[in-house]
Amino acid sequence: MSGGILVLEQVTVQAGDFVLSPFSLEIREGECVALMGPSGCGKTTLLETVCGLREGPVGGRVVLDGLEVKNLPPGARGIGLVPQDVVLFPSLTVREQIEFGPKLHGWKPEEIKERVESLARDLGLEGLLSRLPEGLSGGEARRVALGRALALRPQLLCLDEALSGLDEARHDEVLGVIRKMIEREGVTALHVTHSKKEAEAIADRVVVMD
Amino acid sequence: MEKGIISDQKIWRVRPEWPFLLFLVFVVAAYLGLLLLLVGANMLTVSWSQASEILKDADIQHSITLTFVTCTATAILSVLVSVPVGYLLSRYQFRGRALVDTFLDIPILLPPLIVGLSLLILFNRIPPSACCGMLAGGALIAAIWGAARKGNGIVIQFLVGSAILFGLLSFVFAGSQRSLEGIVSEVGFPMTFHPLGVVLAQFPVAAAFAVRTMRTTFDQISPRYEEVAMTLGCNRGQAFMRVVLPLAGKGIVAAGTMAWARALGEFGPILIFAGATRGRTEVLATSVFLEINIGNLPGAAALSLLMILLAVSTLLIVRCLAGRGGAV
Repeated sequence: MSGGILVLEQVTVQAGDFVLSPFSLEIREGECVALMGPSGCGKTTLLETVCGLREGPVGGRVVLDGLEVKNLPPGARGIGLVPQDVVLFPSLTVREQIEFGPKLHGWKPEEIKERVESLARDLGLEGLLSRLPEGLSGGEARRVALGRALALRPQLLCLDEALSGLDEARHDEVLGVIRKMIEREGVTALHVTHSKKEAEAIADRVVVMD
Repeated sequence: MEKGIISDQKIWRVRPEWPFLLFLVFVVAAYLGLLLLLVGANMLTVSWSQASEILKDADIQHSITLTFVTCTATAILSVLVSVPVGYLLSRYQFRGRALVDTFLDIPILLPPLIVGLSLLILFNRIPPSACCGMLAGGALIAAIWGAARKGNGIVIQFLVGSAILFGLLSFVFAGSQRSLEGIVSEVGFPMTFHPLGVVLAQFPVAAAFAVRTMRTTFDQISPRYEEVAMTLGCNRGQAFMRVVLPLAGKGIVAAGTMAWARALGEFGPILIFAGATRGRTEVLATSVFLEINIGNLPGAAALSLLMILLAVSTLLIVRCLAGRGGAV
């Protein structure tokens, strides 16, 4: 296996009593892959392993853009994460959420401003930039989390059941925004989901975990 | 039978609720009644004129000032210690965590008098070489134990480094006959029977309560915030400073307030380690004791009421913060 932006080779994870059986996957640059499987099969564990958020022994190889990243800290991997529970920082406004990564990486103020405004325009967040997370609806919060994850132009976008808990109308709206943003940003994406319909609507390829 | 109306036979018989409610009200009323009687007893013992007379006394005014200063200093120190300790215990799983946790609760479990006695012995009877030797031994045992259980390399290196440092200091102080008190007095920070000693006597118990509060605070803040911050480029320290600390603000205030209230009520350790010298190391708790000793019961009651007022105000602040949805 080689050539993919993300290559997982016989990855095994031990997390307490749970052991993830050897799993392999290759995602090509610009591809959107949906990862499906029954509850408890280890989808989120695998996603967190790719992001570097799992403490504990990880077997096999996790290669991002040709570089073995197993021993790299999460922030050095160039991955954007939209978690299932959204996890917006409660004390930061929408603008500050999106600026968080670029500021941390020392971007110039004008670059940050331009990036925030461009993302806010694409995500329909222009009127919400000064709002705190507590004043946002579920769909708006998902769009902010997507903007925060994309702000640094990651080489891989990981979405962990990012649409769960939304009503049908909001679900379809956010799904459309995600699809549009993945295309517009040209980012490679790994989307973990329970829903076959969602997987087929968003992904170029669906991978099922046992 | 009319449609929609349940006949008497179909209603299940349920025993009445009032006996249980009456039991709850009785217990709560009895307990609150006792507390009310305790406060009332003080109020009935002292008149306004007696209260105002004792509060005008220069020594008592010094005692009130010293109480505020020492309680505030203890609260600040407690917060400075409890934030990192609470975070470590909340977020890191490590071998020996239960042991550290138990050790940190010792000041809460022990009779406060023992804290004072231990401080008195430590500062005046134990030579500095022995103190350093004990710390070196403790660090060495922890390092060996950690290494045997394949613990974190950096922590083990730190422990070994500390063991070496304290071991060397132990040799440096080996010939010295001075006590720890002698050394701290020489550098300008006398402790025993000195106002600074009041803070040290208040600190162990107050800090233990603050640690508990901070640990609960951090337990209630989801580690997902740090994880997301880390994917955006933060290291653990940056995630803590930028994301967790702002969320823990109310918990920090609550920990400080709790430490302040504990320090206010401290008596035994202060009496033994700092003494109860009028106009020097006397704080409100020791003032009450001194007033009783000289037979001024109304004076002692007036000071007790002042302390009750301070304690209630402090607790109200904590409750208020907790009620506003803070992580307290």
